[in-house]
Amino acid sequence: MPRYIATRLLSAVAMALLASLVVFLISALVPGDPVLAQLGDIQASNPQTVLEWRAKWGLDLPLWERYGIFLKGLAHGDLGISIATRRPVLDDIVQYAPATVELATIAFLLAIGVGIPLGIAAAVWRDSWVDSLARAISLLGVSAPTFWLAFIMLAIFYGWLGWAPGPGRMDPIAFPPEGPTGLFLIDAALAGDWEAWWDAAAHLILPAVVLAAATIGLITRTTRAAMLDALGQDFVRVARAKGLRARVIVLRHALPNALVPVVTLGGLAYANLLAGAVMTETVFSWPGLGRYTFRSAAALDFPAIMGITLVVSATYLLVNLLVDLSYGLLDPRVRR
Amino acid sequence: MVAMPATRPRWRRRLRRYGPAWVGSAIVLAWILVALFAPLIAPYPPQAQDIVNRLTPPSADHWLGTDVLGRDVLSRLIFGARLSLLAGFSVVLLGAAIGVTVGIIAAWARGFVDEALMRFTDLVLCFPPIILALAIAAALGIGSTNTILAMLVVWWPKFARLARALALVQRSQEYVEAATVLGLKPVRILGRHILPNTLGPLAVLITLDLGNAILTFAGLSFLGLGVVPPTAEWGSMVAEGRELVEQWWVATFPGLAILTVVVGFNFLGDGLRDWLDPRTRGR
Repeated sequence: MPRYIATRLLSAVAMALLASLVVFLISALVPGDPVLAQLGDIQASNPQTVLEWRAKWGLDLPLWERYGIFLKGLAHGDLGISIATRRPVLDDIVQYAPATVELATIAFLLAIGVGIPLGIAAAVWRDSWVDSLARAISLLGVSAPTFWLAFIMLAIFYGWLGWAPGPGRMDPIAFPPEGPTGLFLIDAALAGDWEAWWDAAAHLILPAVVLAAATIGLITRTTRAAMLDALGQDFVRVARAKGLRARVIVLRHALPNALVPVVTLGGLAYANLLAGAVMTETVFSWPGLGRYTFRSAAALDFPAIMGITLVVSATYLLVNLLVDLSYGLLDPRVRR
Repeated sequence: MVAMPATRPRWRRRLRRYGPAWVGSAIVLAWILVALFAPLIAPYPPQAQDIVNRLTPPSADHWLGTDVLGRDVLSRLIFGARLSLLAGFSVVLLGAAIGVTVGIIAAWARGFVDEALMRFTDLVLCFPPIILALAIAAALGIGSTNTILAMLVVWWPKFARLARALALVQRSQEYVEAATVLGLKPVRILGRHILPNTLGPLAVLITLDLGNAILTFAGLSFLGLGVVPPTAEWGSMVAEGRELVEQWWVATFPGLAILTVVVGFNFLGDGLRDWLDPRTRGR
């Protein structure tokens, strides 16, 4: 097993490096010019300014040399300087990541907390109203555009009913909790500042529901299909024949056998939530990686884009690795 | 006569099985007709501004109200169908064409070619699609063609994987062996024998994916990348109305348009899968 983990880790690192090369090549070969995006028309019309600017950011060096510099920095934990914010990309990412991690984690918990029970219920009471409800929820969740759902939720619950707070992580006049993690719920709890905790929690609800919507749909569908498969197996018939109670059959016998596809999807879903936060964060003015990604892309801020892509694809690979390893825990047949 | 088992009437079972597929086809067909005949259906030109009547709520003159520049929301919605459907179909069909070519070649060649092609596919798959598409679209510049190109870059790998898996199954069938023994050229075997036998599952993925592609395109437009401003496009229409909570009609209706199209394609895709795969029938 350790050898397997080591090989997988190595190949993940190799993939991440290749990924960085791909992003680098895309950024270098496409027609978009960061000089024009940054300097503005008037300054960009002066060839001297443009030359100095290109030299300053190393854009006049040959491609391979630029990639070499990028790799060398990477080895020292340096992702370069963002052209738009003039700060180290790594600092930017460290600053914006907690907001996204907090949002994506809550959304993920919501998605599995709703999706798995709903999927089980839909499979157990197949063709009943529960099944129809689950079908409707998952269809709407998968089909509704995230950015539009965000608008609708804000319009109804903030604008019209006034039940939920507006965009942002906290009330604009409140002080965000100081703490080691940057996750407001944890920092506020550590500081014992419950007023801030409630404020942060209230601000999380709408964006988390919006972000979770599509994932709830996927998890419900997958759980239902996997449970239907499991419930149709012979061992379930045997359990029924033995006269076990329905609850025991469903939860102790069928569910563990249905979990493998659900866990696969769940792992991917978590990584996708981190990436899918782009739309949600834009509408909810959420100061996270998603908004940072969008702003960097719009400004053609390639050091930032490369840094984010690298970090996110590394997370992808890591999550995939963890998912593959978890099969061993879930399914004894995979263990050697 | 043998007594029928106690079960729901036949029409109810058929309705349950085929109902959604019919509803899906009807929705999709309706939107395609709307897109084709947009100039005939739309009550106003999509770009016509009427500043005096800006942000008027839905009324007899403007069924879905007007936007910030006094443009008729219904007319823009009708014209927006063209771009959304066009983007969806071009991304998915071209992506499928590229992916299927790669997948079938990999399955046929095996060995080094297979390994190289599939590792490359994995490489593209290890990017979060929306972020890679966002970066490429931003780099190429605003515009629907560029956004479609950017989406294509991230779109083909899933088709490559599916096509390879399907082609590998077909490859080991006896009819392929027979064709090889008869001395047919690989291109002919791939194109005329293996490809047609993999079309069913591919058609399901293509249909289900059309909704996805339309959602992603609208999302990129919402972020300001899909179309150049005066163009009527659903995602950018939602973006234009997203600050206008009081004037809810500006953002709500284009979003509903996206929702209905995607629901239509999802119904249709599910129906197609049930029809092709007897194992999932009635599920």
